[in-house]
Amino acid sequence: MDNLLVAKNVSKSFGDFKALNNITIEVPRGSVFGLLGPNGAGKTTLLRIINQILMPDTGFIFLDGNPLQPDDIKHIGYLPEERGLYKSMKVGEQVLYLAQLKGLSKQLAKERLKYWFDRLEIGDWWNKKIQELSKGMAQKIQFVVTVVHQPKLLIFDEPFSGFDPINANLIKDEILNLRDEGATIIFSTHRMESVEEMCDHIALIHESNKILDGKLIDIKRAYKSNTFEIGLIPNNSENINENLAERFEVFPTSFKSINDELQYKIKIPENGSANELISYLTTQGQLTRFVEVIPSANDIFIDTVQNN
Amino acid sequence: MNQLPLIIKREYLNKVRNRSFIIMTFLSPLIMVGIFTLVAYLSQLNNDKINIIEVLDESGLFTNYFEDNDNLRFQMVSGVSLLDAKKSTEASENYGLLYIPETESIEELSKAITFYSHDSPSLFVIESIEETIEEKINNLKLKEVGIDADKIKELRIKISSKLETFSGKKTSKLGSGLKLAFGGFAGYLLFMFIIIYGNMIMRSVIEEKTSRIIEIIISSVKPIKLLLGKIIGTSLAGITQFLTWVILLLILSTVVSSIFGIEPSAIQSQQQEMLIESTKSGSQEMIGEILMEINNLPIVNLVIMFIFFFIGGYLLYSSLYAAIGAAVDSETDTQQFMLPILMPLIISIYVGFFTVIENPHGTVSQVFSYIPFTSPVVMLMRIPFGVPLWQQILSLIILFTTFMVTVWFAAKIYRIGILMYGKKASYREILKWLKY
Repeated sequence: MDNLLVAKNVSKSFGDFKALNNITIEVPRGSVFGLLGPNGAGKTTLLRIINQILMPDTGFIFLDGNPLQPDDIKHIGYLPEERGLYKSMKVGEQVLYLAQLKGLSKQLAKERLKYWFDRLEIGDWWNKKIQELSKGMAQKIQFVVTVVHQPKLLIFDEPFSGFDPINANLIKDEILNLRDEGATIIFSTHRMESVEEMCDHIALIHESNKILDGKLIDIKRAYKSNTFEIGLIPNNSENINENLAERFEVFPTSFKSINDELQYKIKIPENGSANELISYLTTQGQLTRFVEVIPSANDIFIDTVQNN
Repeated sequence: MNQLPLIIKREYLNKVRNRSFIIMTFLSPLIMVGIFTLVAYLSQLNNDKINIIEVLDESGLFTNYFEDNDNLRFQMVSGVSLLDAKKSTEASENYGLLYIPETESIEELSKAITFYSHDSPSLFVIESIEETIEEKINNLKLKEVGIDADKIKELRIKISSKLETFSGKKTSKLGSGLKLAFGGFAGYLLFMFIIIYGNMIMRSVIEEKTSRIIEIIISSVKPIKLLLGKIIGTSLAGITQFLTWVILLLILSTVVSSIFGIEPSAIQSQQQEMLIESTKSGSQEMIGEILMEINNLPIVNLVIMFIFFFIGGYLLYSSLYAAIGAAVDSETDTQQFMLPILMPLIISIYVGFFTVIENPHGTVSQVFSYIPFTSPVVMLMRIPFGVPLWQQILSLIILFTTFMVTVWFAAKIYRIGILMYGKKASYREILKWLKY
């Protein structure tokens, strides 16, 4: 597969503390790559290494197949978790300065910024001071600064913190839009529902080690346990529980339903098939629900972290 | 990518546009001139009052001897007793009563003169009266033993030894004073500059940290570039402020002296005239001497070395200030780190103003003009007295080598420190950072 960014065997220690231990990740071009992990796992350290803020002790970073160069900063847009703006500067001056630092000419920077300010409907903030803006407003400006130089790699560390749901949604759509236009996105977050919504690849870092990575779908497939949620209105309710337990692994469960049915979670054996289960169930009564239990990113996260 | 000019420009404009910076720039000269004007005005007010002194001269030696001047007017009283004179003077608004009794001998007279006043008289008045009386009595005494006072004046010889170095350079005490002034000014200027603008750099680093913009910036810029841009930008702002002060002070003092200046100068003019008259022949000599001494100063050397030591010293200290700024979370946490910076600065000023004055080429002066943290100030003070070039260059080499090492450490602390939030920086913690 075509990878935009590859981090190979990256390790980093701070004194006695090992922040990253031999981490390898591959970020496919055009994907939204979720970098997950509990607090203090080493995500931010890895992102800082990719941004050349920190140097790895060992290992290499490749961008587009080439080792990362100082000049590559103009191909990367980074929205750090700890982010802010110069309080005493005007919005316009500030974004212009930051865009120029990324290598844009003043003219080009102005054009692009105007486009983004109009797009996010914040054009009239240009002459305001940062002090006058709310936290959410400042976040929007930081987002613009991150994307204004049209980098091919965008890195967002907790991008939605500080946004209200409406603006979070707006930014989410903008991120997905940028991906559709060809950008590759690395996305670090604790919010599993946004992982579910946005990421197609994930890597999970825990205590400085990578413990899981791959396509989200593949991971989910690997983590599913051939378990189905079942709703059944039995023909004969007397022996149904015993009959089922004889044949399958049955767990109690409950879900919301309009029917007055029996509810089960049933795991079929490794070599069994769902069809067998269905045909048996239909002989026992009326089937009202049959859903495969797919682990959520949240389940996978908690499960993997706790098992490690 | 021309990031450095961009950073310098931002830092410069940010400082220069800062409201308190602008206020300080324009207010300081105003305050200074204002204070001087006020003091001058007040002392003028004080002097404006004419004090009338009554003189009861029973000895008869001083009849019409006292001359009125700007502040003092003398009224001879005669034919009354001391008691009556005291009473009438006390009842009047007059400043006081000078009582000169009649005595057998001049020696006795010198101890018997009394001045009565409402409260303690000003030292100035007393000294002026005493001087007059002293001269009179001295002359009387001389006449008594039969010596012509004018002869004595003629015979008086003033010694002014000529100073010359073995290499033939002529100097004088006046020259030493000038050298001290030049060196002291250069050293003190550097000292002030480091403290004011080093602090400004530190605050600007802290601001970037507390406003959390630092990570956004250093994902675009190498920290060392940011550090350098900060130091240069702030220094330029500092130079702007200094120049503005100089210009404003010149303008203001011209304006002030043209508005208020007429009166004080008129009052002083008489004194000045007297002074000029008495030293007319001497004053031209003195001006010539001053010019010669200035000419004798190693001006070129001084200017060139001033630039180098100024840059070296300022860079050395400002990189330390920046490192401190990076290590802490707020300005209140900087206290514990300030002492190691201020100590060598203060020591160098003390060494400069005490040891160098006493002996510009003594061991202590020499040693401190090599130690990089004190050398900028101390060496600048020594140079006017003539320091061999090799010593200056050696000191510069030490200074700039130390700067390289320091900036390496500072950049390391800076790089780590700016990303450390909420950690209480201690010396031990910073030592750990150096190992990262």
